[in-house]
Amino acid sequence: MFKKRHVLTMREFSRDEIDSVIELASSLEPYARGKKSSMLEGKILALLFFEPSTRTRMSFETAMKRLGGSTINLGSAEASSVAKGESLADTIRVIGGYADAIVIRHPKEGSARLASEFSPVPVLNAGDGAGHHPTQTLLDLYTIKKESNLDDLSIALVGDLKYGRTVHSLAYALSLYGADISLVSPPALRMPEAIKADLSSKGTHVYETSDLTEVIEQIDVLYMTRIQRERFPDPLEYQKVARSYRLTPEFLAEAKKTLIVMHPLPRVDEITPAVDSTPNARYFHQSFYGVPIRMALLKLLMGGDND
Amino acid sequence: MTEVELKVRPIKNGTVIDHIAAGQALNVLKILGIFGTSDATVSVVMNVASGKLGKKDIVKVEDRELKEEEVNRIALIAPAATINIIRNFNVVEKRNVDLPNEIVKVVRCQNPSCISNTSEPISSRMTVKTKNPVLLRCVYCEQLLTERIADYLI
Repeated sequence: MFKKRHVLTMREFSRDEIDSVIELASSLEPYARGKKSSMLEGKILALLFFEPSTRTRMSFETAMKRLGGSTINLGSAEASSVAKGESLADTIRVIGGYADAIVIRHPKEGSARLASEFSPVPVLNAGDGAGHHPTQTLLDLYTIKKESNLDDLSIALVGDLKYGRTVHSLAYALSLYGADISLVSPPALRMPEAIKADLSSKGTHVYETSDLTEVIEQIDVLYMTRIQRERFPDPLEYQKVARSYRLTPEFLAEAKKTLIVMHPLPRVDEITPAVDSTPNARYFHQSFYGVPIRMALLKLLMGGDND
Repeated sequence: MTEVELKVRPIKNGTVIDHIAAGQALNVLKILGIFGTSDATVSVVMNVASGKLGKKDIVKVEDRELKEEEVNRIALIAPAATINIIRNFNVVEKRNVDLPNEIVKVVRCQNPSCISNTSEPISSRMTVKTKNPVLLRCVYCEQLLTERIADYLI
């Protein structure tokens, strides 16, 4: 089922391929929680983060180590050959000779695609500028599958839908599952028309509003994202918008009992800490699920048959 | 004799590119890699009346028969262009331009944050999503390009 050499964008995944990754991740969960494994023993994963990252970098590292493999790290770009002016293409060719797979995060869009053209080993895109971040989408889908239901799903994507790369590829992936999608954002941060048109053309029912109360009673999943202060020239305008999307336990009283709240993290103040102890909060589960999903991808790309 | 023919005499051998969208003749030369330093005798006629287009440009390149893959790239900016191969004053071949599925090293990506706009050792590559209207997608960053394509010619 899974015949990819690289993981670059969600668009390259069919629903069957996503399902096979989710299924494998589920079977690997005990190992993600600490059960010993030597599936990738002797294999080396290179982590090339040209931009800061906490969760993505550490969960890839955890995933590799939980499978018995080891990691090598570029460290900060300033301290490496990149600072001497080496091209990304050369860096990739060199490190491809050291490792069995490469994880890359880079500020330029399309950098992971470039890496895949020069790398002798599989490349996993961990974020290329405002471009793609497919492993985030896969872990989001896994979270929905585990904590709610991927079939007949009604989901609200809330916050910065214009610039937020995670919501774009999540919306695309959800369209493969026939989800009903509510897009909740301030008018200035609406999802780009081209993406909405693409969703509609796939038969996805898309509803757009700036008022979360309109949809809160119907949805199964509430996917919150951070609204970045720097998107607003006027600080007062930012305060107003940010306040209107601040999730509280009182607000959740209107929702279905089974509603789950997700967030790619880091959150700032769009979810108040009081929500953490409600039965709806799933964002810390979500960040944990990054480990089994990345374990599944590493195993699929690097092989390793020994259990 | 029509007025157009009076402006530029017929060529004996070579290629005549007709029905170029008005104002695009110089961009057509750019796409073909024909610059002032080339040896070829080239005639350019701009903004002449056309039944089909209202106004059009015409380019005549003497003693050179342009290959199909060379001229097809013209469809980026002049989709209605027609190519006439001339031998001994006769049109021996006439065809329309047809955009290939991928365009390499002709148009650069308009996204300043795209990796193809850096000094990396790669060529700009665009997938042709639709031919009419022309809609291109950068192979690297997936940004779409549809308007003002001529501004992004390399």
